[in-house]
Amino acid sequence: MMSQTDETPAVAKRRDNNMAESNNQSAETKLSDVHKRIKAAFETFDNAANNTVDVREIGTIIYSLGCFPSQADLHDFIAEVEEDHSGYIHLDRFLPAMTKVLLEHKFPPIPKDLLLQAFEVLDKDNKGYLEPEELTKYMTQEGEPFTQEEMEEMLTGLADHERNVIYYKDVINQLAIDPDM
Amino acid sequence: MGCGVTKSDQFHKHSGKAVTTIRAAVLIQRWYRQYVARTEMRRRYTWHIFQSIEYSGEQAQIKLYNFLGYLMDNFTPSSNERNLISHIFRENDICRDAEWERYFCYKKIEVPEIYSGPHLTFPLTVEQAVGLVEAFRNKKQLHSRYALQLLLETWKLLRMLPNINRISTCHSKEITICGDLHGQLEDLLLIFYKNGMPSLEKPYVFNGDFVDRGKDSIEILLILFAFLLVYPSDVYLNRGNHEDHIVNLRYGFTKEVLTKYKMHGKRILKLLQKIFSWLPLATVIDQKVLVLHGGISDSTDLNLLARLDRHNYISALRPPKKRNQSSASTSMDSDLDEDVWGANRIFQRRASLTFPKPLGARDCFHNRSLQDFSDRIKVNVETELEIRRRRRSAFNAVMKEPETETPTLSFDSVYSDNAKEEWKQILDLLWSDPMAQEGCVPNEVRGGGCYWGPDITEDFLNKHNLQLIIRSHECKQDGYEFCHNRKVLTLFSASNYYDVGSNRGAYVKLGPDLVPYVVQYQASSMIRELTVRQSVGRTERSALKVLREQLFAHKSDLICAFKKFDSENTGVVSLNDWASAVESVMHLDLPWRMLRCQLVTRKTSEGMIDYYDWFNELAIIGPNSDNIDQSLLETLYRHRSTLETIFRIVDTDNSGFITMEDFRQTWKLLSVYLKMEITDEAISDLAVTIDSNQDGSIDIDEFMEAFRLTDKKSRLERGRSMFMGTATDLTKLEGDPNI
Repeated sequence: MMSQTDETPAVAKRRDNNMAESNNQSAETKLSDVHKRIKAAFETFDNAANNTVDVREIGTIIYSLGCFPSQADLHDFIAEVEEDHSGYIHLDRFLPAMTKVLLEHKFPPIPKDLLLQAFEVLDKDNKGYLEPEELTKYMTQEGEPFTQEEMEEMLTGLADHERNVIYYKDVINQLAIDPDM
Repeated sequence: MGCGVTKSDQFHKHSGKAVTTIRAAVLIQRWYRQYVARTEMRRRYTWHIFQSIEYSGEQAQIKLYNFLGYLMDNFTPSSNERNLISHIFRENDICRDAEWERYFCYKKIEVPEIYSGPHLTFPLTVEQAVGLVEAFRNKKQLHSRYALQLLLETWKLLRMLPNINRISTCHSKEITICGDLHGQLEDLLLIFYKNGMPSLEKPYVFNGDFVDRGKDSIEILLILFAFLLVYPSDVYLNRGNHEDHIVNLRYGFTKEVLTKYKMHGKRILKLLQKIFSWLPLATVIDQKVLVLHGGISDSTDLNLLARLDRHNYISALRPPKKRNQSSASTSMDSDLDEDVWGANRIFQRRASLTFPKPLGARDCFHNRSLQDFSDRIKVNVETELEIRRRRRSAFNAVMKEPETETPTLSFDSVYSDNAKEEWKQILDLLWSDPMAQEGCVPNEVRGGGCYWGPDITEDFLNKHNLQLIIRSHECKQDGYEFCHNRKVLTLFSASNYYDVGSNRGAYVKLGPDLVPYVVQYQASSMIRELTVRQSVGRTERSALKVLREQLFAHKSDLICAFKKFDSENTGVVSLNDWASAVESVMHLDLPWRMLRCQLVTRKTSEGMIDYYDWFNELAIIGPNSDNIDQSLLETLYRHRSTLETIFRIVDTDNSGFITMEDFRQTWKLLSVYLKMEITDEAISDLAVTIDSNQDGSIDIDEFMEAFRLTDKKSRLERGRSMFMGTATDLTKLEGDPNI
């Protein structure tokens, strides 16, 4: 692979043309790329290989595509695409709706610093960490509450093994958000 | 993808701490749920990776075997070449049992004083069986004398059993059913610990795949057989697709036995061949629950299965040979053939292995993989028939027999429709997998058996008046999984199968109500400390490592594919094109676009991938052999499992060494199989490099070691990479000469 310093002018020109061309086509290819990504994620949960998924998996699929919808957002989305309360969602309806979500950045990710601030708000005593009881109280009583199962998993996953507290700064860094999304 | 500046002010603008707190909570909840979802996604595709590589390995194995069988049946290489591989097809069943008992005789084997393992006396008692478990737990090895004796007794017992065991839960007994164990002794010990050992009150069914992959396959067998001998009415064994010497060549059991039993390993393996063929095929509980290893197809017929001679199927991958009824009988493959070939030089084709001109294609359903080289074998049908007719008459002339039955010249002339049907039944039973769609299609992923749908299950259960099928054969993350409206239960008992933390194992208890009660477990204390998230991470790293190796092994083809998307030869491709190219080369049904960010971490400023650079990034060090052609090396690496399997087949005395001449012949075999031209010169260069001490023979293990790639990134390599397909990484026991 030639570096920029030793490629000939001819090759450089060709490369630039290539880029320009691809920029012009970028909308098209981008759309096709988005479609393929959505399909790939959808297919992972399509157990019967018939282009439908259980409605309960939709949240997971949308999240895994890099979006951060609220529970309310999810309910609205599902209402739009579900097949008459059948409990299933077909790819034909999911694909256009999801494409729109991705292209319009409808459910953008939470920036790290905002997340940090959120934890700091909950850490009223400014300890730098949260006790499990504290976090549990907030997660299960406020906002869009966790189920007991979710709460237990979160504590097991995030709590420091020795001290049994949650060092949220470390946690935020460790659970890095996917750079590609 | 930023959401703008305003949100960061939200916390300060709003009055009332309560609102702020709620907002904070919501953000955290949303972020955490997203994280959980991504982890689930990663878990699924990690699974996907392991499974597709595992199954493609099985497919490769079957293809290889079919290919060798095809060579054997369809043309006549020189006797050297033929002898290389014929022995794995030789049935040798003509000898009477008395002769076999002499061959397997253990009586002359002396047990030295310093042997510290268990001593067995027969008939076996339950105390001895329990003692055996304890001994293996303490890493002892059973002396070959006792091992042979135990196996002989097992063989005698198995010969009396029917093809289908029929048992009942009367006397309020709960029956325990276990799935694949795959040589993982720790799991068997855990099951015994949790559930108790087999006894009159505690009957067990073991559903096949006791061996291969794990490192204690022989110990598991010895334990199961010991309990079988002690409690013949309370221990039931079903055959699995790995109870098969051909599969064992590739997946580690053969090597394990030869390593642990250096002197008598070959005999033990031969006896095991017979034992495997005598293992029952299925078990029926209370006439309502069917337990078998793989599954069913739309043609599965329990009555047929109950009637056939199961011991004729030494390997499920090869149909049984019909024996020549003549009294001058020795094995079809050995002496008789030599005479025939000798006498028929006119018709003998001296095809060398590099230019096969076989007589005709098999039309057998199960050899569809032979389509791969069907373009080399288009022969006029009339010519073929003519040739056969001429052969037959020549043969008859030589033998002066009125017998019209010919020796094995091709599959068709010997195997009746009946035999083909029986063979298919067994293959389906041992190799099939359930699928979600209706219908029944051949299982091309594994290369044997079918995929069968819920409608097939329904019809089958109705036809035989059953209510549930319990099968194994597939690894499941929770150790078990129901499908087909809960009419099929998959049960897998080897925990951490793909890697530490990858999955749990399970066993099932069935009482008179026939409602399955599942018990799960996971071996190794390390696991308890890992959360699900952490173990996903570990397993994922493992899977990705394996995947990177596969990608590296296909470097030339991948570069070719990339170039197709890079007509201007800039050395970069878009992310999407990357995924398409990889998809087209690798033939693994994986979500490449989702794996992309794990496999490609460096992108150019325009968001493109520099593919030459990417291969460096894969961070694999290639084998250290400077004077060998790179593409040859790559081929070697990619097909090393196949190569090793062929080596082991060729190594007829199981010494671990093959001669230089055999090495060259092996290469010729491989080059035909891969449809590659490998010049004699290239082979000689390779041979010279490998035989470093120039003594004319090659140590198989050393050779395979030289071509093991190491991953720079992984410092915590556990040394257990089943997906190399070889047993190279099994803990090498220093073979105790006293055993």
